[in-house]
Amino acid sequence: MSSLDKETVRKIAHLSRINVSEEGLVELAGDLTRILDFVEELQEVDVEGYAPLTSVADLTLPLRKDEVTDGNIQQKVLANAPMTDNGCFVVPKVIE
Amino acid sequence: MTDLTNLTLADARDGLAKGDYTSVELTEAHIKSMEAHRNLNAFITETPEKAIEMAKASDAKRAKGEAGKMEGLPIAIKDLFCTEGVQTTAASHILEGFKPQYESTVTANLFNNGAVMLGKANLDEFAMGSSNTSSYYGNVINPWKGKDGKDLVPGGSSGGSAAAVAAHLALAATGTDTGGSIRQPASYCGIVGLKPTYGRCSRWGVVAFASSLDQAGPMTKTVRDAAIMLGAMAGHDAKDSTSAPMAVPDFEAALTGDIRGMKIGIPKEYRVDGMPEEINKLWDNGIAMLRDAGAEVVDVTLPHTKYALGTYYIVAPAEASSNLARYDGLRYGQRVMDEGDSLDDMYMKSRAAGFGKEVQRRIMIGTYVLSAGYYDAYYNKALKVRRRIYEDFATAFGTVDTILAPTAPSAAFAIGDNEDDPVKMYLNDVFTVPASLAGLPGLSVPTGLSADGLPLGLQLIGKPFDEETVLRVGGVLESAANFTATPFGQEG
Repeated sequence: MSSLDKETVRKIAHLSRINVSEEGLVELAGDLTRILDFVEELQEVDVEGYAPLTSVADLTLPLRKDEVTDGNIQQKVLANAPMTDNGCFVVPKVIE
Repeated sequence: MTDLTNLTLADARDGLAKGDYTSVELTEAHIKSMEAHRNLNAFITETPEKAIEMAKASDAKRAKGEAGKMEGLPIAIKDLFCTEGVQTTAASHILEGFKPQYESTVTANLFNNGAVMLGKANLDEFAMGSSNTSSYYGNVINPWKGKDGKDLVPGGSSGGSAAAVAAHLALAATGTDTGGSIRQPASYCGIVGLKPTYGRCSRWGVVAFASSLDQAGPMTKTVRDAAIMLGAMAGHDAKDSTSAPMAVPDFEAALTGDIRGMKIGIPKEYRVDGMPEEINKLWDNGIAMLRDAGAEVVDVTLPHTKYALGTYYIVAPAEASSNLARYDGLRYGQRVMDEGDSLDDMYMKSRAAGFGKEVQRRIMIGTYVLSAGYYDAYYNKALKVRRRIYEDFATAFGTVDTILAPTAPSAAFAIGDNEDDPVKMYLNDVFTVPASLAGLPGLSVPTGLSADGLPLGLQLIGKPFDEETVLRVGGVLESAANFTATPFGQEG
């Protein structure tokens, strides 16, 4: 189940939103296959009855009051944006 | 006057208190050292003006009788911590020029306690690596040299932090550890590195890699220094929902030097096949030192150790693929876009140009193991194995107070080694990853030299939120090992 072909890598690259060249796809297929081969050994572990451990933090996530705690920092929010216009982020046109 | 850069953090703190020198003098000495050792490439951004400004403010604060726990002490900050108004890159091209508009909680705590920032230390890109060779801003060179004189890696990902402390460019440095990124470079550079319990230090404002594993900690010259610095970094933070709502103990007070009757666990599964004889010997020597100090040495078993690396290399990339989705070329960071490009084109070009090879590999592995059809076989399976690893430790800690093991399977290796196959590089983390998966504190202490004259560390793993025991035993190990070697030979 673990050998990745070029077309699968192309699909993963798209899901990851990373442009990869044709040669890059071949190299990545090799690298990713080696990594998947390496993690394959997990399949032999008996995990029957064990719940997934998503966090070791032994606490119930805290809730706070639903109220505004900051704001009026438009300039700070935009300070590192590659492109802004009139206090907004600029994105390529997404509707026709 | 003796060279101020040879002081420990504790000595410098006491010297400042006695008025032997000022923070400005201490800081200037380190700025000079930082400039004289630029060949190590330990820093991505040096901030000498800011350092002097902070040192002056600290001296003024002290004159008024107000001194914090780290008052006037110049340190390096790993360039993964957001620092207000100072470029923060995570060693990635995609964040080049990014100036945070806020201060991370850990750096804010340190600065409120009086620490002075010398600059932002180099690291592996997004903290993904074990050699500091994946930084967009160049490799860090280990100040130590083997007999053949080749340039060695400092370890990673906190390689710049480790090199800066080992070469006396900073009294101490912050690091972050996801799978060994504090402990392994500490071992490779002959310094002390402490990964606290997950939740001890706030993750707020630390560029995220794998959120269920990332934890900040101190990298220092001595165990005492680590205790002092952790006390100034740690504490509950409402802005990090996984930050533990617990009081910060006086870690330095834990260094009593008395470990009589304590039980030290030795996990047999860490005696892996093909382990170099010198690592086995280092470990045996460490066991003898603790036994001589009156501790009881007990064999323990951690049966799923073998599966920790595989688990880590599913869980960490999965979380990274999600965390790094935020680099979209829109709100901050690099944007690459040509005329007529769609939104998707822009995402794909920006991320291809902005992320290095290893980061791209990990995002893709993470995306794959989380994708429909593979989620259960890989990701969910890894989380279940993670629980078994967690329970192995819990069982062992039913009978012992702390666990002693090697930090890494080798000494520092030459730059360029282990680069041909990503999995080879991953094997450097074999002894550090299990404690990370279980969220436990781990302390690396230098205790010996390899045949090639390079430093080697041993690691103490503790119960959750019991950094005090780890520090106490680490202090005893440090005294017994009496590791006085420096990268400068006898002069240091």
